[in-house]
Amino acid sequence: MLKGKVHKYGADVNTDVIIPARYLNIYDPMELAKHCMEDIDEDFLKRVEPGDIIMATTNFGCGSSREHAPMAIKAAGISCVIAKSFARIFFRNAINIGLPLLECEEAVDNTEAGDVLEVDLSKGEIKNITRGRTFTASPYPDFMAEIISSGGLIEYTKKRLMSGRV
Amino acid sequence: MNLAEKILAAHTDRKKVSPGEFVNAKVDVVMSNDITAPIAIKEFQKIGVSRVFDPKKIVMVLDHFMPTRDIASAEIGKMMREFCCEQKAVLFEIGKAGIEHVLLPEQGIVLPGQVVIGGDSHTCTYGAVGTFATGVGSTDLAAAMATGDLWMKVPPTIKFVYNGNLKRWVGGKDLILHTIGDIGVDGALYSAMEFTGEAIDALSMDGRFTMANMAIEAGGKAGLFHVDNKTQLYIKSKAQRPYNVYEPDPDAEYARVIEYDVADLEPQVSFPHSPANARPASQAGNVELNQAIIGSCTNGRLDDLRAAAQILKGKKVHPSMRCIVIPGSQQVYADALKEGLIEVFIEAGAAVSTPTCGPCFGGHTGVLAEGERCISTTNRNFVGRMGHPKSEVYLANPAVAAASAVTGRITHPDEVMK
Repeated sequence: MLKGKVHKYGADVNTDVIIPARYLNIYDPMELAKHCMEDIDEDFLKRVEPGDIIMATTNFGCGSSREHAPMAIKAAGISCVIAKSFARIFFRNAINIGLPLLECEEAVDNTEAGDVLEVDLSKGEIKNITRGRTFTASPYPDFMAEIISSGGLIEYTKKRLMSGRV
Repeated sequence: MNLAEKILAAHTDRKKVSPGEFVNAKVDVVMSNDITAPIAIKEFQKIGVSRVFDPKKIVMVLDHFMPTRDIASAEIGKMMREFCCEQKAVLFEIGKAGIEHVLLPEQGIVLPGQVVIGGDSHTCTYGAVGTFATGVGSTDLAAAMATGDLWMKVPPTIKFVYNGNLKRWVGGKDLILHTIGDIGVDGALYSAMEFTGEAIDALSMDGRFTMANMAIEAGGKAGLFHVDNKTQLYIKSKAQRPYNVYEPDPDAEYARVIEYDVADLEPQVSFPHSPANARPASQAGNVELNQAIIGSCTNGRLDDLRAAAQILKGKKVHPSMRCIVIPGSQQVYADALKEGLIEVFIEAGAAVSTPTCGPCFGGHTGVLAEGERCISTTNRNFVGRMGHPKSEVYLANPAVAAASAVTGRITHPDEVMK
């Protein structure tokens, strides 16, 4: 069960603002985390606490293919990202490295910044504790659920190679 | 099946694939650069296999922070050289290379009918030669380097039809900015875009690369063109291996078909901070500028430099402006030199740089200060993209960027070419 307060953003939050390109010669997650969201939300790092949740409207993570973006978010202590929709490369990258993402329009429309949420990933259930409401996110397709339950793409690939499924 | 479905099906053990299905597609090329390769190498080493699946299909390009910006990027270059040497993978070294998406087609590495993945969102550029090419992250690269395949969700395809003949100074950049302006930055989210119509038939290969390059700016997974005589002519002398040409079936299904009449389309300029903020150059108003960038994986090819040189010939860059021209590859640089284009740029007072992605992503060679404005032939104008979070980037074609370099404000090429 994940629990944390919400940091809310709008549409088309791109990877350049999640982690500016000037830091892309760094690939240590903790170092990247120090610059997470700094061009869009200067105080993000001062406010964020372990377990917190990022919420946004549509097309979250659009732009470049940099895995540094979900890495920085995860290392900053964010437990999951909830949005109406995600850009596809960001979506793959997050699933591959084990940053949970949930698509749920209703939850986004009925949650404000600072609200406290409780998320049950196995059921896709999002509980807004502040407002006493519960929402259900779209389930992961089986194929993706297998990657997630393996612990990410690297572990999944190891399993595939070992079982000769390549 | 449409073009994307046909190519994907040919890379699986299925006869037919449909949108929404998950497949493991065999990959023909796995490309990475000095931003995505370091993490890919580290993740590859965790998988526990000693060799990549096929060293000839692993291509690494030093182009983003290269020639090295600082010690950290030098360390990354060193790591990539060591990995490629050990794995016998293909490494494109400074002085023999260029920007990945200009370089790989020019080298005949990406070809029609292939499935190509690249650790760079603009990998979709290769769709110009009928390749199903898509951007992925570093962990995807690592897995594919080990197995030779990658999971994909078969995308729905949106077909775009461009009717009419383009006016002077209007090209691939204007078609794609206009399209993104119409459908929005998530207008083709998760979808393949198939570009067709008489304006596309008439478009040069360089113009097609520009359009395919920016499919990702509409959220697209791939941007595909049909292989025609122009493609064949372009490929013929370059292809490093055999390839298959696919055509959509007559009864191919599309999620949507969007038609544009582009006969009256003007050069487009996308205002900050979204590629979708496109408007005609003549309606830009008085936007004073500090810098013009002509180059990148979007517009760093010979046709682009020719258009810029046509404008700059015999003129001077405005005293309030810096104009930086970056040929996309060593080949483009050499060709431009032979045609006298580089001389035109230098006489006009422009700086000419060695091939690099440098300024496009705010890396180096043209980073902006607070409050500065740049007209750029690149592909993104997000907040802070080219430097300070309070700087601004205006996206345009090379002729508009060159005309603006002359006047110091956003300018339609007709104004300086009367």
